[in-house]
Formats: sequence, C-alpha cells, structure tokens
Amino acid sequence: MKVSRGRPLLFAIPLLFVLSGCDVLKLSVMNHAGPIAASQSHLYVIVGIVLVFVAGPVLLLTPLIAWHYRLSNKNSAFRPNWNFSWTLEGFIWIPPIGIVIGLGFVLWHYTHTLDPYRPIASNLPALKVQAVGLDWKWLFIYPDQRIAAVNQLFIPVGRPVRISLTSGTVMQALLIPQLAGQIYAMAGMTTQLNLAASRPGVYRGENTQFNGTGFQNEKFNVIALSPSDYDRWVEHARASAHPLDAAAYAELFRKSSPPQPIVFSSVPQRLFQNILVQSQEPR
Amino acid sequence: MMTQGIWPPVLGRFDWHALPFVRAWENPTASEIIGAGAALLVIIGAVVVVVLITRLGKWRYLWSEWLTSLDHKKIGIMYIVLAFVMLSRALIEAVLMRMQQAAAIDNPGFIAPDHFAQLFSTHGSIMIFFMAMPFLVGLINYVMPLQIGSRDVAFPLLNSISLWLTGGAAGLMMVSLVIGEFSTGGWSGYPPYTELAFSPGVGPDYWIWAVTLGSIGSTLTGINFAVTVYKMRCPGMYLMRMPLFVWTSLCTSILMIFAMPALTVATALLALDRYLGFHFFTNDLGGNMMNYANLFWLFGHPEVYILILPAFGVYSEVVSTFSTKQLYGYTSLVLATMAIALLSFTVWVHHFFTMGQNADINAVFGIATMTIGVPTGVKIYDWIWTMFRGQVRFTVPMLYSLAFMMTFVLGGFTGILLAFPPLDYLVHNTLFLVAHFHNMLIPGLLYGMLAGYHYWFPKAFGFRLNEKWGRISFACWVVGFYIAFMPLYVLGAAGVARRTQGMFDPIFRPWFYLAGVGALILLAALGALFFQLWVSIRERDANGVFAGDPWDGRGLEWSTSAPPPEYNYACIPRVHGRDPFFDAKRRDDPYVPPASYDAIELPKSSMTGPMIGVVGAATAFGLVWHMWWLTIIGVLAIIATVIARSFARHVHQIFPPDEVKRTERRWLRAVAETTPTSREVEMTSVNHGLAEVSS
Repeated sequence: MKVSRGRPLLFAIPLLFVLSGCDVLKLSVMNHAGPIAASQSHLYVIVGIVLVFVAGPVLLLTPLIAWHYRLSNKNSAFRPNWNFSWTLEGFIWIPPIGIVIGLGFVLWHYTHTLDPYRPIASNLPALKVQAVGLDWKWLFIYPDQRIAAVNQLFIPVGRPVRISLTSGTVMQALLIPQLAGQIYAMAGMTTQLNLAASRPGVYRGENTQFNGTGFQNEKFNVIALSPSDYDRWVEHARASAHPLDAAAYAELFRKSSPPQPIVFSSVPQRLFQNILVQSQEPR
Repeated sequence: MMTQGIWPPVLGRFDWHALPFVRAWENPTASEIIGAGAALLVIIGAVVVVVLITRLGKWRYLWSEWLTSLDHKKIGIMYIVLAFVMLSRALIEAVLMRMQQAAAIDNPGFIAPDHFAQLFSTHGSIMIFFMAMPFLVGLINYVMPLQIGSRDVAFPLLNSISLWLTGGAAGLMMVSLVIGEFSTGGWSGYPPYTELAFSPGVGPDYWIWAVTLGSIGSTLTGINFAVTVYKMRCPGMYLMRMPLFVWTSLCTSILMIFAMPALTVATALLALDRYLGFHFFTNDLGGNMMNYANLFWLFGHPEVYILILPAFGVYSEVVSTFSTKQLYGYTSLVLATMAIALLSFTVWVHHFFTMGQNADINAVFGIATMTIGVPTGVKIYDWIWTMFRGQVRFTVPMLYSLAFMMTFVLGGFTGILLAFPPLDYLVHNTLFLVAHFHNMLIPGLLYGMLAGYHYWFPKAFGFRLNEKWGRISFACWVVGFYIAFMPLYVLGAAGVARRTQGMFDPIFRPWFYLAGVGALILLAALGALFFQLWVSIRERDANGVFAGDPWDGRGLEWSTSAPPPEYNYACIPRVHGRDPFFDAKRRDDPYVPPASYDAIELPKSSMTGPMIGVVGAATAFGLVWHMWWLTIIGVLAIIATVIARSFARHVHQIFPPDEVKRTERRWLRAVAETTPTSREVEMTSVNHGLAEVSS
C-alpha cells in the first residue's frame, strides 16, 4: 500500500515537468503568427504523421523479436540457416521507396511554395526592409520610409514584408521562428526572406550563426502592429531626430551589442547598396 | 620583452600570455582557472605517463614492441587507445558546456564566451577527427585483415605513418590547451570568421594544421584499406563471401579516398588565405565563402557515412553471432551499403539549405537526402530479420546493437524532417540540429564502436571484459543519451541557437537542467567503461579465452588464438562460404594442425612512422606560431626520413618454421585441454574460448 501511495507522485513530477516545460514551444513555429510559419507548421504535422508509420514498425519489432527469440525461450522456432525471403525483401524495399516518392512530391511542392525568395501574394504592396548583420546586432533599414532601427523590427500586420539581407561582417543567419524560417546573410551578397504577420504581437528573432564573443546577445524583437499603429510608429521614428550620421555609422560597425534597441530618424541614401559593395574587412 | 632582439625570429608569435597559467594569474576568473586547470591536467598526465614508464623500465619495450611496430593489430590497438584518450577530453568539454548553459540563464555563468567557443570547437573537432576516426580506423585495422585471412594490411609502413600523423595531429590539439588557444570557429571552421581579418590569433591555425595532418593520415588509411581488401584476401574469400564488416570497411575506405582530399584542399586554401594573403574565402578581392561551404561539406557529408558504415558492419557481425544465425539478406545489405556510399556524395547541400540557392536545387538535394533513408532502413530490417527465428543472447555488444536500432530510427525521423528545406529553415543552426546529429552519431558510431570493443576485446587481449560493469556502462550511455539530447530537440524547436554561451529566458531552464543531468550520466558511462577495464584486467586470469572463440564466432578471426600470433595464421586459410569458421566447427574439427609449417616473412618494426608523425606535428607547431626555422627544419627532416627509409635494406623479419610450429602446438594443446562452453553460460567465467557445437 505504501508503494501505491508513492506512485501517483512519482508520475506527477515528470508530468508536471513536461506540462510546464512545454511552455517553451510557445516560442516555436507551433505558435505561428504568420502565413509562412503556419504553412511550415502544417508541413511538420504532415511529415511527422507519415514518419510515425515509418519508425513505428522498427520500434515495435526490434524489442518484440529480440525478446521472443531469446535463447532461454525454448518455445520459439530456430532456423539458423534461414537467410532470405523475396516476400520480406519486397516489404523492406518497396514501401520505403513508395513513401520516399510520395514525400518527394510533398517536398517539391512545399520547397517551392515556401521558397524564402517567393513574394507573398497579397493585395497590399510588400513592405521593403533591408537587414544588415553586424557584430553583434541587426540593422533594419526601411528604404521607402528612409528610417532604420537596430535590434528591433516593426512590421504592419497583414502586409507582406520583403527583407533583403546582407552582412557587414562574417556570415550570419536570421531566424524568427514564429514568422518564417531562416536565411544566411553574407557580405557582398544579398539574400531574400519574405514573411508576414497575421496577428499583432512580439516575436523573437535572432542570429543563429556563431560570429564571435557577442553572439549570444544578438537577439531582437519583431513587433507586429496594426497598420495604423505601425504608421504612428513610423511618424514617431521620423520625429525622433536621431539620424544615422557618420558617427552613428562608425559606431554600428564597432564590435558591440547595444543594450537597448536604437531607432534612426533618417538614413543616407543607398546605405544598403554601399554596405554591399564596400570591402567589409575590419580596418 | 619578447618583441625585440633575437626573440621574434626564434619564438615567432609566442609571448607569455600564450600560457594559460599566466592568463589565470593575471585575471583569476573561473573561466581562466578552468583553462589553466585543463593545461595543468595535460602536463600532469604527460609527466605521470613518462615517470610511470621510466619506473617500470618499459621504454625499450614500448618503443620496439609498440610505437615502431608495423603489426596491424598493434597499430589498431594504439588507434583505439588514442580514441579513448581523446573521447575523455571531448566528453569533459561537453559536460562543461552543458553546465555553463544550465548556469547561464540570465547570468554570465562561469565560462567566458571566448572560452566557451573554444570548447565547442575542440569538442566537435576532437569527436570527429580524433575520437571517431581513430576508433573506427583502429577497429578496422585490427579486425579486417584477420577477417579476410591476411597476415597484414597491404602497406604496413604506410599504416604506421597514418597512425602517427593522426597521433601527431591529436598531440597538436593537446598542445593547444597548454600553449596559446584554439579556434573559436567551430569544427567546420567557416570563413570569413576564421580568416585573418576576424580571427587573427593562433586558434584557427591550430585547427587548420591539426585537421590537415589528420586528413592526410585518413586519406592514406583509406588507400591502404581498400588495396588490402582488393588484394590481400585469402583463397576462396570472394567479394560476395566477405564478412559485412569487411564490406563496410571497403565502402568507408572508398569514401575516405574520395572525400578526405576535399577537406585537405579546403583547409589548405584557408591556410593560403591566412598565411600568404590569398583571397579564396575572404569578403573582399573576389573571395567567396560559399566555395568553402561547398568544399567542406563535399567532404563533410561522406564523412558522416565514413563514421557510420563501420558501425553498421559491427552490428551485422554482432547480431548474426549473438542470434546464432546467418545474416538475413546478405546481398541486400551489401547493395544497401554500396548505395549509401554512392548517395552520400549527392546530398552535401542539405548542410546549407539556408544559403539562398533556388528552390529547385534545394528540392533536388532534399529528395536525395530522403533517398538515403531507404537503404538505411533496409539495413535495420535486415538485422531484425536476422534475429527472427534465431537464439538471441543479450550480451553487451548485442545490447548496444538493440539500443542502436531503436535510437537510430528516431535520429532518422528527425533527419527526414531536416531533409525538407522549409522545415530545415526553422531549426537549422539550432539545438534541434545538434540533437539530430548526436542522435545519429552516438548510436550510429559510438554504440557501434563500443559494441565492437566488447565483441573483439577478448580476441585482442585473451580475456573477456567484465559483464556487470559493461551493462552498467551501457545503461548509462543509453539513459544518458536520451536525457541529454531529447531536451535539445525541444529547445531547438523553440529557436535556441547552437553554440550559445548564455540564455536570457528562464523558460528554458528546466530543459537545460535536464540536459545537464544527461551529460553527467554520459560522463558516468565513460567512468564505468574505464572501471570495467580495470576490473577486467584484475580478473583476467579467471576470464581468459586463449582458445580464441568465446562467442561461437562465425568469421575467420575466431579461428586463431586470443591474442593471435603476430603472423595471424600459421597457414593461410582457405574459405568455402560466408561463415567459414562457424561452418568448419559444424563440419568437423577445425583445430587440426597442418601437415607442415613454412617460414613466415613479416615487415620489421620501423621508426619512420613515429619520426614523420612527431616531426610533422612539430612542423605544424612552427607554422602555427610562425617559428619558420622549426617549419623548415621539420620539412627537411621529413624528406630526409623518407630518403633514409628508401635505403633501408633489412625491412623484414622471418618467423622460422620451428617457432611457428611451437606457437601453434602450444595453442592447440590449450584448445584440447579447454572444456567447451554452451551459449547459456558464455557470459560467466566458465567460458575459456572454446564453443560447444550443437549439431
């Protein structure tokens, strides 16, 4: 009786742990906040379900067969010279090939629809953002609004966002799990990432490619606002009288992680293009 | 002080701050003290070994019987000793990293970011190049020539040179703990981060030269093994009769020959960038790091299968032996192995789906990646059907095989998820990826190597390993793996980047605590493994298996004494089927002395290998520190060694017929005096290496 009283507790502790621990998945694509992430999450479920049927038989058969044919079980058959069966060969080659072919079509379709370069269909024109990976911060330039922000990305809900990326230093990778997958940012080259937010909120973004001692600090928030709130933020940024001048520019290229996000009320013309073509070796 | 006068040309870039003790003295933080402690441990370890050998008066023995030996069996054992030493270091580093991450949630923790970056770089580099590679090369070295009925590998001297290049490179890794610092660029060393402009220190140079030496050694090993399998098989050992372990060794060797040079080229080009101002992978003057990524993974992906295929070979041997049953689907397994080897060259882009290439390319490489799952799955089913209608004995190697089959499938599951580019975008570079490749390599390499270690240890040393501690260690490796890595899947899905020294969100804490506990259990597993070795050596007399066949083995390697004589086989065997020794035991008495003995010629020990390895490492050390005189002397010394060796005349030793006869007689007498063991009691001290043959 003593044992059975202890048991619920024994089970409750891991259960509580798992329940409380699963909070972290709020930060993952499962808690998606945009069409791209939603589609990716959907794909996870499809592939996951198929794979349960692939892995399941091995997970069941391995222990069952090993235990049933154990040496001490005198009731099991013993055929030491049996080593081949065409039927079994068929079972182990053909269904996996079939599954891979099937998944291949799924993969082809989703890789194209979720291509990070592919513009998101919408009635609204895409918001253009230029992202520059720096040591150890992200600079987001809004070329049409002529403003910029460091470690903070404001976007309007419901409108596609088209991000062009490059790096002002070593290679980096931009990831916002609740909105879209990641893509590398490399000096002298541009990559593209299309995403959109479907509800207002604050989503974590980061660089995932190690780039030095400040790497762990290179995080930022994506703040999705309603279109009117977003417009207010743009006005507010423009009014902040903190231009990205030569001094601010030099400071950006210094190895550091700003403790607070920075907003610039104006940016020089063709800033992104200049970063792209300049030699980015530190001097 | 050392930047003036004659010091710069002599000491190159060295100054006192290269010593961790000085750094710890000037800046006594936990991180620096740990660094100095590690350096001290290396020095103390080296001193203890030297003192011990001197006290025991074993220098001459060690030099003439081991270090200069060209015997494939001794070279194999030395490789595995190296693997265990490096495994210990890299596992301790892993535990330190997990402890730091558990401590560093909204807290700086106790390891500074730069030190943490060195830890993950050395952990990865060591585990791949100086733990996994030496382990599998050592196992193949020991077992493969025995299995094909050969007396040695095709190029015994080259074998010794490969060992010593690998050993020299591993030595360089250890020296980097004591003098200077290691790279912070990870095991893959991606430029431009590892270029001079961003990492001006000695770290990336240590990485470049250690990896270069190791990769040259591995290329030579691949050539050696492939030629051995092609040319050195005994009569009757047709390709389709070879044990599966020989097949996987062959495929691994082919992969080494084709994949390793890509790595050597990648590191050499990076070295040209760093030393001579080339611009292959820099940001400016036309350099492009994407070329490095392609070159590196053109090596890197086949490397995964270089690591995993030999383990597949071990599982094939183990499952068949401990099920007392012929391997199911031999042809299928051979085809699957070859298919995996071929396909491994067609998937490298999946390591950088996120580099911005177009959807067509990503989709093609994604589908190719899934395709590899088919032959891999076939292999797992072949092992399941091998157990089917067999008599399964749950020995330690068999337990590892079963744990592998169940665990590897989970790694395959997440591998297929990662093969989908849109899903890879979400978890690439996160702890999910870290969990995935540990989920492949711990069961797919480490369990296989440990299974092989337990399985063939009695053959190599003449006594069985302790069962109880083997099981304790096994349990810790399996439980520890799940507790350490399953949380990483969750954390990775939540977007925690790999190589992160600190976290800011307390929501991650329970998962990092759990992973930390798992890492400690894995450390306990290694401790149990070493304790098992200690216990087994102490009770070696009770568990001796000199007769040589403790498991009712199937291949030729079980048909000699344990340990086998230096020449392996008094007479070269003749083979009539796939399980030659198993069948021979059932047909008639396999322990019959031949009518007559011939003299046997084997290569004599040579100091060429140790010379090239040690001097090669010194040359590399000179390159790292810009001590050009050392580099020049080193290169000249290597050339001189090669020339001197080519003039050596007496490179063979002869075993006269009488000596061979005496050795064989002694063994056959012991076999005749041994009581056969039934399978029910093979794990007890009753087992002295002679199998009871039923039917």
